[in-house]
Amino acid sequence: MKTILTGNYAVAEAVKLSRVKVIAAYPITPQTTIVERLAEMVESGEIDAEFVRVESEHSALAVVYGSSLAGLRSFTATSSHGLLYMYEMCWWVSNARIPLVMAVVTRTIGPPWNIHTDHTDILTLRDSGWIISMAENAQEALDLTIQGFKISERVNLPFVVGLDAFVVSHTAEVVDVPEQDLVDSFLPERKQAYVISPDDPIAVGNIAQNDVTMRLRYDMAKDMERSKEVIREVGDEFEKKFGRKYGLVEHYMTEDADYVVVMSGAWCGDAKEAVDVLRSRGIPIGLLKLTYLRPFPKEELKELEDREVLVVDRSFSMGHRGILGLEVGNVLDCKNVIAGLCGVDMGVEDFVEMFNRFVRGEIEDVEWWLK
Amino acid sequence: MRLEIGCPLLPGNPSCQGCPHSIGLKALSVLENPIVVVPAGCTTIIAGMHPKSSLKFPVVHVPFASAPAVACGLSKAYDNVVVWMGDGGADIGFATLSGSAVRNDNIIVIVSDNEAYMNTGIQASGTTFWKAKTTTSPTGKREEKKDLALIMLMHRVPYVATASVGYMHDFAQKVKKAGEIRGFRFIHLHSPCPPGWRFDSSKTVEIARMAVKSGAWILWEYDGKFRLTGASRKCRDKGKRIPIEEYLRAQGRFRGISDDDVKEIEKKVDEVWNLVESLEKMF
Repeated sequence: MKTILTGNYAVAEAVKLSRVKVIAAYPITPQTTIVERLAEMVESGEIDAEFVRVESEHSALAVVYGSSLAGLRSFTATSSHGLLYMYEMCWWVSNARIPLVMAVVTRTIGPPWNIHTDHTDILTLRDSGWIISMAENAQEALDLTIQGFKISERVNLPFVVGLDAFVVSHTAEVVDVPEQDLVDSFLPERKQAYVISPDDPIAVGNIAQNDVTMRLRYDMAKDMERSKEVIREVGDEFEKKFGRKYGLVEHYMTEDADYVVVMSGAWCGDAKEAVDVLRSRGIPIGLLKLTYLRPFPKEELKELEDREVLVVDRSFSMGHRGILGLEVGNVLDCKNVIAGLCGVDMGVEDFVEMFNRFVRGEIEDVEWWLK
Repeated sequence: MRLEIGCPLLPGNPSCQGCPHSIGLKALSVLENPIVVVPAGCTTIIAGMHPKSSLKFPVVHVPFASAPAVACGLSKAYDNVVVWMGDGGADIGFATLSGSAVRNDNIIVIVSDNEAYMNTGIQASGTTFWKAKTTTSPTGKREEKKDLALIMLMHRVPYVATASVGYMHDFAQKVKKAGEIRGFRFIHLHSPCPPGWRFDSSKTVEIARMAVKSGAWILWEYDGKFRLTGASRKCRDKGKRIPIEEYLRAQGRFRGISDDDVKEIEKKVDEVWNLVESLEKMF
C-alpha cells in the first residue's frame, strides 16, 4: 500500500511488520518520533509487543540485549549522544553474537549542541562488529529494517539502519508499505545461535582464556565477511518479493563512467541529480552509493580501479581524512571532499560545482567544502 | 519451619577464603530455576572461567552499569530473573537500578554489599562506612555512607529487605518470599569481606553478626508492611546491643580510630535506628 510517511514512521512500520516482541528506547531528537509511534502502536494493540520505557540509552540496548538473549525479536533506536552513551553495550551485544536491529538517526556530536545530520556518530560503530547500513530515503529505511532482522538472525551479528537527521527522519515521502502476509513469507521466525533458558545452566560472557577470546573475534570476522553473501541473497529475495533491488552498493550510471563519485546516505539523491546535470553536458560521470559500510564492499569498489574516484564524506577522522575517504582509499586511489558536516546543507548546485571541479582535476587529495 | 538451603555454588570455585558472596549465593537455592545476571565484580571471578561455570544455574555476565536492564529484558520471557551485584554495580548503575524500580520490572535485585570496590582492590564506594580506610580513602572515608535499601524503599516497590550473611536463614526466607511476589524486589545483603575489611578469613560470619548485634546493620523487610526481622528485633533496645566499638575494633579498616570518632559513629547509628523505627510506625 502506498502512503505518505516520514523516515521515522517508516522505520516504525517496518518494526511492526517484522513482528518485534520487545522495544526499548529513550527519546533523543531526531529519533524521538520512532519511539513515540511505536509506543502508540503498542498501547493501541496495533502491535503485539512490549514497550519498555528505559531511563537511558545504555539501558535501552541492555534491555533488548536481555530480551534477545531469551529469544525474543527486539528493536531499539537512538542518535548521536544516545549512541555514544550506549556505546559499551554496542560492543557487548556484537561480541555476544546476539542478533537484533537498531535504527540510528545520524546526528552531529556536540559541543556545540546541534541536532542536524552528520555521519560521524554511526561510524563510531565501524570496528564493533555491527552490520552498518545507510538509507537514502524513507522507503529504504523501511526496507532495510525488515531485511536487517533477516540478515542479523542469519549471521548472528547485530544490524544498524542509519537514516539522516530530518532529511530522512522527518521528511514525508511516498512509501510503499508491504502487506503483512508478504513480509511474513519473507521473514521467518527468529533463529539465533543460542538462547538463555532456565533449564540450561550455561554461562554467557564469563571470563575466557585469551586464545579462546581471540578465536571468537576470528569467528566474528569470518561471519562478517560471510554476511556479504547473505546481504546479496537477502537483497535478491527482497527484490523478487517486493520489487525493489538491494545489495551492498547501488550503481547509478557507473557502467560507462570515467568519473565515479562514492557517497552514502540521504544526499545521494541530490548527487544523482547532479550526475544527471553533468551527463546532460556529455560528461561520463556516475555515482556508487554505499548502502552498507560494514561489511565493507571492497569487491564492488575494486571494479572501479581504472576510473577517477571522488569520495564525498559527511564524517571525518581527526588527523587523517574523511572516514569513507580512508576506507575507500584502502581499496583504490581517490580524492576526498569533506562536506555537509554538522548539518551544513548541500544541494544539487553544490554537487554540480563539486563534480565539475573533480572532472577538471581541481579537487585536492583532502578538501573541506566550507560554506 | 526451617528452610532447606542448598549449595548452587560448586566446590573448587575461586572465591577467597571466608568470602561472604560464596556464603550468600547459597540462598539462591530456595528459588526455582533462577536465571542470574551478574555485572562486573567479585562474583564475575567466583562464577568461573569459560567453558566451565561454578554456579548450577544459567548465568548472564553483563557490563557494570547494565544488570537490572538486561534482567528486565530477560523477564519479558521468564520469571525468577535475579540480579546479583555488588555495591560497585549499584553505584555505577544507580540510574539503571532506579529506572528498573520505577518500571516495577519483574526481577529480584540482590546487592551483596561489602562496603567497597573489592574486586579492583578495596576502593571506597557509596556504601563505605564513614572513617573506614580503603585504598582511595587511606586516612578514612570523609563522606557519609548512603542507605541504599531505604532509597530503594522510597521507589514504592512491592518488596525491599536488608539481610546479612551472618544470618543465612533470615536471608534465605527473604529470598523465598521475594520469589513469591511479582514486580521489583530488592534485597540489600551485608557482606563483610576479610581482605577488604582486614579481619581473619575465619571470622566472616562473626563480624557480620557483630554488625547486627551492635546495631550498625539493621535487619528489616517491607512487603506492604515495614518490620524489623531476626536478630535486629532484639536490638531495638540499645541496652541489649553490644558496644559499637567492639564491632569497629575487630576490623583493620578502622585501625587507629579515635574515641571521638567512635562516639560520632554511635550517634550516626542511633540516627539510622530513629529513622527505621519511624518507618516502622508509618508503614
